[in-house]
Amino acid sequence: MKLLTHNMMKSHCKGVTNGFPLKLSSTKVDVKEVEFNADFITRMLDRLEWGALVEAARQLGVGDSLPEMAPEEGGDEELLRSVHHVLLEVEVTEGELECPETGRRFPIRNGIPDMRLNEEE
Amino acid sequence: KQWYQRRVRVLSIGCAMLGAGHVTALEVDPDAIEDLAGNLEEYEMDNVDVVQCDVTAPSSFKEGVFDTAIMNPPFGTKNNEGIDMVFLDRALELCRGSVYSFHKSSTREFITRRMESRGYHVTVLAEMKFSIPQMYKMHRKKEVLVDVDFIRVARER
Repeated sequence: MKLLTHNMMKSHCKGVTNGFPLKLSSTKVDVKEVEFNADFITRMLDRLEWGALVEAARQLGVGDSLPEMAPEEGGDEELLRSVHHVLLEVEVTEGELECPETGRRFPIRNGIPDMRLNEEE
Repeated sequence: KQWYQRRVRVLSIGCAMLGAGHVTALEVDPDAIEDLAGNLEEYEMDNVDVVQCDVTAPSSFKEGVFDTAIMNPPFGTKNNEGIDMVFLDRALELCRGSVYSFHKSSTREFITRRMESRGYHVTVLAEMKFSIPQMYKMHRKKEVLVDVDFIRVARER
C-alpha cells in the first residue's frame, strides 16, 4: 500500500463521523523505484490532504523531505520528486490501518489492506 | 495453476500499461486477489495498489478521489439483483470523472434512464458478446452468450 492510497482512504465503521485519516503502523516497509511523472504529481497536489500525508510519512520514517505546508502549484522539480517518492515509492508491505474513532484495526498483508468488516460491524 | 485455469484479472494492468498515473484495484474475493497479485508480479507492475474491500458496503474511500473508474461488475443473478447498479453508484461516488463499465444490453434502457435522471450522460461505446460458463446447477447449457454493452457514464459539463 502506497501513501497515495492511504491518503484517499477512510474508516467505514458504523457510526463514525470522521474516519480520516486512518492511523498507520508498519512492520515491513519496502522502497521501490517508480517512474516519475511530474504532471501527475502536480495534479495530485490539490487532491491530497497534506497534513495526513506528512503524518503518515513521518510514521514510516520518510517525512523529512516534506515541507510542513503543501507546495504551491508549479513547485520546483526537486520538490515534486520528493513528493513523488513519498507518494509512490514507499510501500507498506506489512502493517495495520486503525480507525481513528473505534480503534478497529485493518491488517495490511503483502501490501494489501483488508478493509472487510463483519456483519455486525 | 495452468494459465488457462487462472482467472485473469487484467483491467488494472491494462490501465497501468496505457499510462495511468496510478491505479487502485478494488476487489473483495481472496482468490481473485491472489490471481491479481500473481499477474501484477508477472507483468512487473509497480504502480497498482490493491485494496481488499466490499464495494457494496460503505466505502473505504473518500468521495471524488479518483479521476476515473473502469470495471466489469457482476451482472446480477436471481439472488443478487441490482448489484450492477450498486457498483455503478459507488464508482460515480468515488470518481470525479467518467466511469467505464460493462452491463447487460438488456439493462441499457433502465441504466440510461436512471443515470440521466441524476444528471449523467450515458454513451454505449461498444456492443459485445460475453461467454458465461456454466457455474450453477440451474444453468442448463454449458455456456451462454450474453449481449453486453461497454458504456461510459459521464458528468454533464
